Amino acid sequence: MGYKAISSLLLLGGLAFGATSQAADMPSGQMLGNTCAGCHGTNGSSMGPATPTIAGITPEYFVDTMTSYKNGERESTIMTRIAKGYTDEEIKAMANFFSDKPFLRQAQAHDAEKADFGRKLHKKYCEKCHEDGGLKADEGGILAGQWMTYLNYALDDFASERRETPKKMARQMEKLQADQGDAGVEALVHYYGSQK
Amino acid sequence: MSKFNRRDFIKLTGSAAVAGMVVGFPQIVGAAGKKVVIVGGGIGGATAAKYIRMADSGVEVTLVEPNADYHTCFMSNEVLAGERSIDSIRFTYDGLKGHGVNVVKDTVTAIDPAARTVTTAGGQTLSYDRCIVAPGISLVYDSVPGYSAEVAETVPHAWKAGPQTVTLRKQLEAMPDGGTVVIVAPPNPFRCPPGPYERASLIAHYLKNNKPKSKVLILDPKDKFSKQGLFTAGWKKFYGYGTDNSMIEWISGAAGGKVESFDAGSMTLQGAVESFKGDVINIIPAQRAGTIAQTAGLTNDAGWCPVNPKTFESTVHAGIHVVGDASIASPMPKSGYAANSEAKVCAAAVVDLLNGREPGQPSYVNTCYSIVGKDHGISVAAVYRLGDDGKIASVEGAGGLTPGDASAEMLKREVTFAHSWFQNITHDTFG
Ligand SMILES: Cc1cc2nc3c(=O)[nH]c(=O)nc-3n(C[C@H](O)[C@H](O)[C@H](O)COP(=O)(O)OP(=O)(O)OC[C@H]3O[C@@H](n4cnc5c(N)ncnc54)[C@H](O)[C@@H]3O)c2cc1C
Repeated sequence: MGYKAISSLLLLGGLAFGATSQAADMPSGQMLGNTCAGCHGTNGSSMGPATPTIAGITPEYFVDTMTSYKNGERESTIMTRIAKGYTDEEIKAMANFFSDKPFLRQAQAHDAEKADFGRKLHKKYCEKCHEDGGLKADEGGILAGQWMTYLNYALDDFASERRETPKKMARQMEKLQADQGDAGVEALVHYYGSQK
Repeated sequence: MSKFNRRDFIKLTGSAAVAGMVVGFPQIVGAAGKKVVIVGGGIGGATAAKYIRMADSGVEVTLVEPNADYHTCFMSNEVLAGERSIDSIRFTYDGLKGHGVNVVKDTVTAIDPAARTVTTAGGQTLSYDRCIVAPGISLVYDSVPGYSAEVAETVPHAWKAGPQTVTLRKQLEAMPDGGTVVIVAPPNPFRCPPGPYERASLIAHYLKNNKPKSKVLILDPKDKFSKQGLFTAGWKKFYGYGTDNSMIEWISGAAGGKVESFDAGSMTLQGAVESFKGDVINIIPAQRAGTIAQTAGLTNDAGWCPVNPKTFESTVHAGIHVVGDASIASPMPKSGYAANSEAKVCAAAVVDLLNGREPGQPSYVNTCYSIVGKDHGISVAAVYRLGDDGKIASVEGAGGLTPGDASAEMLKREVTFAHSWFQNITHDTFG
C-alpha cells in the first residue's frame, strides 16, 4: 500500500499525519467513549432518566460541553470532575466517536396534551435554531427524544445561571416565560420527551 | 459490528505500519473461529462478553455462569431499606444471548493454562484461545471466628446479592422498634469500599421512618473509610450522628471495633474491649478473589490476581485474563463501574490479540454513588490512564468527591444520577 492510501486512511480516521506519534500512544475515541457508557449508555444512548443521550451530537457541541465542564464554566454534579481527566485531543477523539453513533430513543411517560401544546410552542419559539422539531444535531444538543429529567435540569441550570444561556436562546426563553409562564416550559419538555 | 472485510484489513495494516509495528507482508490473521471462554457472568464477565462480540462477531464467546440470573449488589442496599424490590435488581442473560454469546449454566472447576481448557462441574471441557476469569470475590468467613458459610444462612453477609439480601431485609422488617442492627465491616481491600457505610445509611433511613427507637452500630477493624467526611455529614443531617440519640454509631478499630469472635447462639460479637449484642447482625467478612481464581493458581499471597493493566492478562498464566473484583487494578476500587470499565479494556485487548494486533492504549473510569438519606446522594469519581511505569494511575486534578458544600439541589440530583447510572450500567452490561 502506498503512502497515499495510508494518509487518506488516516484522514478518514480524523488524524493529521503529523500527529501520529501522539495519536499512537493516545487511547482511541472508542476506548475513551466506552468508559462513558456506564452512565450514558452503550455507544452514548442513555437508558435515562437523568443522564442525557450523547450519541449523534455534533463534535463541536461535545467539545464545547466538555470544555465548559473542564473549565468550570458549566456547573454539574460529576461532569466537572470527570471532564478534567481528559486532554483536548482526547475530548476531540470522543467527540468524533459519539457523533457517528445513532441517537436511540426510549419511550417516555408524557402528557399528550402538554406535548401537543409544546409542539406549537416549539414551532414559535425554538424551531429557528433547533430545527426539525429539535431532531437535528446543531450548535446545541438534540432535543427530540432527549430524557425529560435531563431537559428539566438543563432548563433549570440556564434559569439559575449554573450554565450560560446563549443570547438568542435567553431572549426566546424570556418571551416564552412572559407569554406562557412555567406551563409553557413544561409543555416543551413534554413535547421533546414524546418524540420517538 | 460488521464482519472482517477488506476495508478493515487495509485500515488495520495501515495503522499498524504507522505505529511502527512489524507486520511483514499482508497476512490475514482474522479472529474468525477463535474461542474465548469467560468464567463468571457478573459485571466484569458479562461486559467482556458483550464488548468482544460488539467489536468482532467472528470471535466465539462462551460464558460459564452457575446462576440462571444475576442480582446486582448495587442498589441491593435500597432493597434492604424497602425502597425497591429484589426483582428490580435481577437481570437475565437473554441480552447476551442476543449478542451471540453462548451462555453455559455451569460452574468452572479447573482451568488448564497449558492445554488451554476450562473444565466444569457438569463435566464439560471447553477449549479457548483466550480465557477471561471474572469470578468476583470469595468470603473469608473465618476472619471472624465463629462465622461460617453455614452460619451465614441465618446471619447473612449479603455481600453477594440475592437470597441473602432477602433474608436480611426480612430480619429488618421483623425486628421490633428499639432493636440494634450491627454491621461488621470488613478489612481492606474489599468489594465496594463505600458499601458498608451506604448500607448503614439506608438501614437507618428505613428505621427512622418505621422503627425510630432503633440503632445501627458499625463495628469496623479500620480507622477510616471511603467518603467518610461526606457520610458523617449526611449522618449528622439525617440521623443525629455524634449526639447521644444518634441512630448510627461507628466504632473504629482503634476504639475497639475489631471483632474477635462471634457467638451465633447468643447473637454476641466479642470486640477487643467490650462485647456487643445485636437483634439483627450483618457480618461482612474479609475477602479474596473468587475461589476458582485461587484454584487456577492466578492469585498472589494476599489472595488477589496480579495482571498486566494494559490487557488484564494474568502475570502468572499467559492466555488467561482476570477482570473485576478478583484482579489487582489499584488505584481502581473493587466496584461495578470499575469491573465494567476493566472488562472493556480487556475485551478490546483480547480482540486485538486474537487479530494479531498490538493492543491500544487503555482508558478507565470509576464512579461510585452512595445514597445517604432522602434526596441526598454523594459520589466519588476518577479517570485513570496507564502510566509510563506500566501501572494504572488516576489523572491528577480530575475526579474526587462530591464537594462538601454541594447545594441541596445537587445532592438531590446525585440520587437521580445514581439511579440513572444503575439503569445504564445494567443495560451496558447485560442488555
Ligand atoms: C452492597 C453493595 C453495594 C455496591 N454498590 C456499588 C455501587 O453503587 N457502584 C459500584 O460500582 N459497585 C458497587 N458494588 C460493587 C459491585 O457489585 C462489584 O464490584 C461488582 O459486582 C464486581 O463485578 P465482578 O464481575 O468482579 O463480580 P460479580 O459481579 O460478583 O460476578 C461474579 C460472577 O462470577 C460467577 N462465578 C464465580 N465463580 C464461578 C465459577 N467457578 N464458575 C462460573 N462462574 C462463577 C458468580 O456466580 C458471579 O455471577 C456494590 C457491592 C455491594 C456488596
